[in-house]
Amino acid sequence: MPDITIYAARKIITMNPAQPVATHVAVRDGRILGAGSLDDLTGWGDHTVDDRFAEKVLMPGFVEGHAHAMEGTLWRKVYCGYFDRTDPAGRTWPGLTSVDAVLERLAEAEAALDDPNAPLGGFQFDPIYMDNATVDRTQLDALSTTRPIGILHASGHIMIVNSRALELAGLMRTGINHPGIPLGPDGMPTGVLKGPEVYMPVAPHVGFNRSATDADEQGLRDFARLCVRTGTTTITDLASRLEPDAVEMMLRVTGEARFPARLVPLKFFMGHTPQDLVDYTVSLRDRSTDKLRLGRIKVIADGSIQGFTARLRAPGYYNGAPNGLWYIAPEQLADIYRLALEHGVPVHTHTNGDEATDLVLDTLGPALMQHPSRDHRFTLQHCQLADAAQFRRIKALGMCVNLFANHHFYWGDEHYRLTVGPERATRMNACRTALDTGVPMAIHSDAPVTPLAPLFTAWAAVNRITASGRVQGAHERISVDEALYAITLGAAYTLHLDGEVGSIEAGKSADFAVLDADPTDVAPEDLKDVPVWGTVIAGQVHAAADQ
Amino acid sequence: MTTPVTVIGGYLGAGKTTLINRMLRHADGQRIAVLVNEFGALSIDEDLILAQDGDVISIAGGCICCAFGDNLMGAITDMTARTPRPDHIVIEASGVAIPGSIAATLSLVAGVSFAGTVVLADVETVEARARDKYLSDTILRQLDGADLVVLTKTDLVDSADIARVEDWLNALHGSARILHAPNGTEINALLLGVIADPAVADTGPPRDHSAAYEALAFQQTAPTEAAILAERLAHPDLGLIRAKGFARQPDGDMREIQIAGARWQVTAVAPDTPGNLVCIALRPWPAKARCIEIMAGHGYAPVAQSR
Repeated sequence: MPDITIYAARKIITMNPAQPVATHVAVRDGRILGAGSLDDLTGWGDHTVDDRFAEKVLMPGFVEGHAHAMEGTLWRKVYCGYFDRTDPAGRTWPGLTSVDAVLERLAEAEAALDDPNAPLGGFQFDPIYMDNATVDRTQLDALSTTRPIGILHASGHIMIVNSRALELAGLMRTGINHPGIPLGPDGMPTGVLKGPEVYMPVAPHVGFNRSATDADEQGLRDFARLCVRTGTTTITDLASRLEPDAVEMMLRVTGEARFPARLVPLKFFMGHTPQDLVDYTVSLRDRSTDKLRLGRIKVIADGSIQGFTARLRAPGYYNGAPNGLWYIAPEQLADIYRLALEHGVPVHTHTNGDEATDLVLDTLGPALMQHPSRDHRFTLQHCQLADAAQFRRIKALGMCVNLFANHHFYWGDEHYRLTVGPERATRMNACRTALDTGVPMAIHSDAPVTPLAPLFTAWAAVNRITASGRVQGAHERISVDEALYAITLGAAYTLHLDGEVGSIEAGKSADFAVLDADPTDVAPEDLKDVPVWGTVIAGQVHAAADQ
Repeated sequence: MTTPVTVIGGYLGAGKTTLINRMLRHADGQRIAVLVNEFGALSIDEDLILAQDGDVISIAGGCICCAFGDNLMGAITDMTARTPRPDHIVIEASGVAIPGSIAATLSLVAGVSFAGTVVLADVETVEARARDKYLSDTILRQLDGADLVVLTKTDLVDSADIARVEDWLNALHGSARILHAPNGTEINALLLGVIADPAVADTGPPRDHSAAYEALAFQQTAPTEAAILAERLAHPDLGLIRAKGFARQPDGDMREIQIAGARWQVTAVAPDTPGNLVCIALRPWPAKARCIEIMAGHGYAPVAQSR
């Protein structure tokens, strides 16, 4: 059996400008020998031609630069979302468009549980699309009064729980005075818990983990199954606590030959001094393997726009809400940047509001004067409200952006109507401006906030259609080719992995997205519907149907 | 009995570390549990540390210090489950946290009661921070949520500067009590309302006539409405920094009263709790006679001057 496999495909989109399309790709030991015609490749020697992809279109495996492995963990809960969504096993759960439908699905799951005291959790409930219909504990009590029940909003900011869950958390009482806990006419909490700090004490009772963004082993495996279904071969876990036990688990699981994803977990900054944070991240970096890439830091500068916790410059929130919150002090951010640059550790910083982006720019500039670093690739994550002047500064400082293209579809109408108003909503997530300014750009899902699906994310950036069907900000649309670049080489660049993955060319990892249609040959508005057959990672074939 | 929780806030460099070390040094037998974001940000004086086990540092005299990382609520719940249970929990808020929102969240944890917010203000820098492009509203919101504002680094500026900052703070936030950072044994009495043993404080001789504060102990002789008394004691005209104790109500139930500056809180306690109450004010205390008069009107007699 020769150790060279030449895959024949209907079309190979290489993302290599010297040879944009090919029909064959030769692979040896998980690495690409070359792409081209069969004749171009036979010179490598004894080989097998594998025709299994003869009717498929190959692309470089997609790179998701901003997701959370908890997407895998959440699927052990009941899906309550408004939009159709596919679970790790490949079952597509129809979106639920009314509160009754949500309650009905929860009732089915409830009936399937044997232990009457076992918790029941739901996720991705989104009453924004149901005329903001309210759900409270009485409706959940109708499902069960013995088991704790909780459903998490799609925003991640609100949880609704039943009376039993409130009891277990010691909150089923009068006299609670908290802005995040509305009370009913009886003086008792309604069961609506607003804000993570409010629902976190209750969350463990309804089966949600205390460390919300971390995945356990099963969650990580399910996360990787979703990668296969979506053509994703390299994925970030963007705010991982990376405690020693979790690192061992990740090393073991990703070390399995058949584990179908390259995982890039970023160390979450909170709970450490800048020095400890950077030292620990450096110590992790040395433990990196081919499929587990450690040694990067994630910082959160502000909150979210729809939660009114993002830091906005004047003129602030459209509805007059007070400015949001800082999640880090400017001096601490400066310390992290300085130490990270000194030790060559890339830092990705979450900024939603434009004031938070300003702070990052004002802070990184001086840090770079102190530790000049030509190839730092510090990345602004989300960076949703950046304007043209900020993109010029981003370019000047050598930063990358990873814009939240999916946000437009899911919350664009809300931003227009409520949070930042028409003008700024129309230029949010300014992909066109970023590219025209020469800023290296990726686009992302922030799964589980929105579903993992790079082709959907590309579609969102290409079309800028909101959930209500409006095109919001036509001037910020990008081409299909640009969007496909963003979900391959663009995202790989933000992770310093563009030399290894992101294109199909000699020497790179044999990581492919295997598609049933050609994304460059469908109408741009159909890009999200291009079917994914599966992936190839380091030459290992993973079919979505087998997951 | 619930465990009182005090939140200590203030921007980076305002002196929280120094203050918390003083609290631990002068704990005087009280078991104070300090919760901090991470140990690196708050360095406990070496000579106070008995042992460190992971996220918990044991401190001489029964105090502990715990790093809560990103899970404050979990850490508070863990504290209330400890044996022996801490007498007082102190939370060091991060430099950009709004202590008022931490305080609101405390109402959700069973077994603890909120005992006030202390916000530190570096007299040298607080005004400039309050004008900073990025920090202005954060600093003002921190100060706005304070029951007690503690001026720190007052030894580094002259008295005119201190007076100017005090005037500025008063104009900003009339209801907070402003005091200078206490540096001796009085720190826990003033900031936490912790007096080693208020029940016996009245019987012994005054321990320290030079103390910066005065503590008056009362014994209840007739029932009163706890909430009405508490609201009255919190009024700025009495100048109280702290008050804490118990009141028997006309219906026979007992209530715990906690005053921190203008904040008052009344919670139900076991009916056999004795009706003692201690009022703490800075010296000089012009409203002392008025305070005794009001307490008498609510059925409390002074037992003796405790210090």
